[in-house]
Amino acid sequence: MWDYLKLVVLGVVAVSAAIAANYARDLAYMVNAMTIMLAAGITFLVVLRGMDEPKKINTGEYMDGVIRAGVIATTFWGVVGFLVGVVIASQLAFPQLNFEFLQGYGNFGRLRPLHTSAVIFAFGGNALIMSAFYVVQRTSAVRLFGGNLAWFTFWGYQLFIVLAATGYVLGATQGKEYAEPVWYVDIWLTIVWVSFLVVFAGTLMHRKEPHIYVANWFYLSMILTVAMLHLVNNLAVPVSIFGSAQVQLFSGVQDAMTQWWYGHNAVGFFLTAGFLGMMYYFVPKQAERPVFSYKLSIIHFWALIFLYIWAGPHHLHYTALPDWAATLGMVFSVVLWMPSWGGMINGLMTLSGAWDKLRTDPIIRMMVVSIGFYGMSTFEGPMMSIKAVNSLSHYTDWTIGHVHSGALGWNGMITFGVLYFLTPRLWNRERLYSLTLVSWHFWLATIGIVLYASSMWVTGIMEGLMWREVDANGFLVNAFADTVAAKFPMYVVRALGGGLYLTGGLIMAYNLWMTVRAQPAKAAVNANNAVPAE
Amino acid sequence: MDTYSILREFADSLGLLSLFVIFLGVIVWVWRPGSRKAHEEAAASIFRNDTKPAGEGKSPDGRVKEA
Repeated sequence: MWDYLKLVVLGVVAVSAAIAANYARDLAYMVNAMTIMLAAGITFLVVLRGMDEPKKINTGEYMDGVIRAGVIATTFWGVVGFLVGVVIASQLAFPQLNFEFLQGYGNFGRLRPLHTSAVIFAFGGNALIMSAFYVVQRTSAVRLFGGNLAWFTFWGYQLFIVLAATGYVLGATQGKEYAEPVWYVDIWLTIVWVSFLVVFAGTLMHRKEPHIYVANWFYLSMILTVAMLHLVNNLAVPVSIFGSAQVQLFSGVQDAMTQWWYGHNAVGFFLTAGFLGMMYYFVPKQAERPVFSYKLSIIHFWALIFLYIWAGPHHLHYTALPDWAATLGMVFSVVLWMPSWGGMINGLMTLSGAWDKLRTDPIIRMMVVSIGFYGMSTFEGPMMSIKAVNSLSHYTDWTIGHVHSGALGWNGMITFGVLYFLTPRLWNRERLYSLTLVSWHFWLATIGIVLYASSMWVTGIMEGLMWREVDANGFLVNAFADTVAAKFPMYVVRALGGGLYLTGGLIMAYNLWMTVRAQPAKAAVNANNAVPAE
Repeated sequence: MDTYSILREFADSLGLLSLFVIFLGVIVWVWRPGSRKAHEEAAASIFRNDTKPAGEGKSPDGRVKEA
């Protein structure tokens, strides 16, 4: 009965999407509508073919299939995102790479949001969803709630990524940083995100452990806050139901403030709280010792929750934003330094008494370096939010360097550690294919980040100083083009650093692939999935 | 008063105070007497139920009873 309803809904969606593609007012909308039609059609076939199969949910084992798919998606989107990053870094260094025949599709302006969304939402988002599903099952000691809803979350999220990415290249954007997807993609993401919340919260509600482990608090706060941010920042009225253009509800300084309230909390909750959830589960697991201080983890959590939400205005220093609001944002950003470092200390000290693992275990090394970068960027961030510093750093490449030491160092490295942790366990393999390759990945990524961050510091500060330099009569000394010319060597170094990071990602993909392909499975007695369910 | 002024006045008085008090309350709650055992128990909880869910034959805290 339930299946018939699904078929009806999917059929209606496919036909409506076909009609919408026919009436489309712009190319991006048409391609998106055809993608939706195709996705609904494929899902229709899958549901149809599964009609006769008996439905039974095995509560005696964890639902790991969707997490395996998440590991594959995270790795795939990671490599894609890094690749686009290297391409656009090279385009900045060598503008000739904005090929004439690709104008309007493959030039820097179109590829830049593709890169940011691919690494943040495709790579980071898949990492968050799959690790959240893994952690919430293990710490609640129950199978994921909602049956195939977890699969809907996974595939729905992939559809969101594809719709957004093809839209960007074809020119569909609402021009808000990190919130570029247009109105119908936003609506779709809302539906997928609610299903993610239902699966996660439902699993927590059915848990068999009395206490909700702290990692889940971070994940849940990420899910709830991102939902709130997404809804408020994307309030818009479509120009036509058959087009990708929309008009924002807010305008002027209110719109700017809403955007950076969203933008900074996307960093704070998506890229920080969610990834801290990973840290609080996977670092103790890999180190095989409980977290340094559970009390500190609770304080860390509540301090982040109370402080982060106020920090957004530091993106709008010296703008039309009222001064008190900018000062408020600055003060909260500086105060935020303390809980961030509390969390860093908590993560690092988890290794106390087991520091020798740093020498022998490249996965723990990766996690420790990621926590180190968390500490570094949460120091750099508050410093840059101070008005006097910001007047130098804002609009320069220093900001880009800061973002990347956080994203490549903290988010990237902890995710790599989690992927190396999960793959042998999820595919029931003895161990990873090669620890030597993990070490190679570690060093390539670390050196890549160092090259990236240091070249961006140099070029950012140089650029900021050149912009503010005036002669004895008060005239600006440098034209904008002078700064662009002066930055060339640093742009080459940056692209090189990105290339090293991408190479590391490719090595990881190969290593994970070979772990699944070439490693013998563990004896069936110990296998996760071979244990009878009673 | 207009909406802005009402919200602004609330934000820098009762709103600020209540959030701050809640936060202090969290700190007091974390260091309440007898919390150490509960926290050590919670921190160690990730080391069980690794391969399969807690079944019917298990105690509520998730550890396997010997059959």
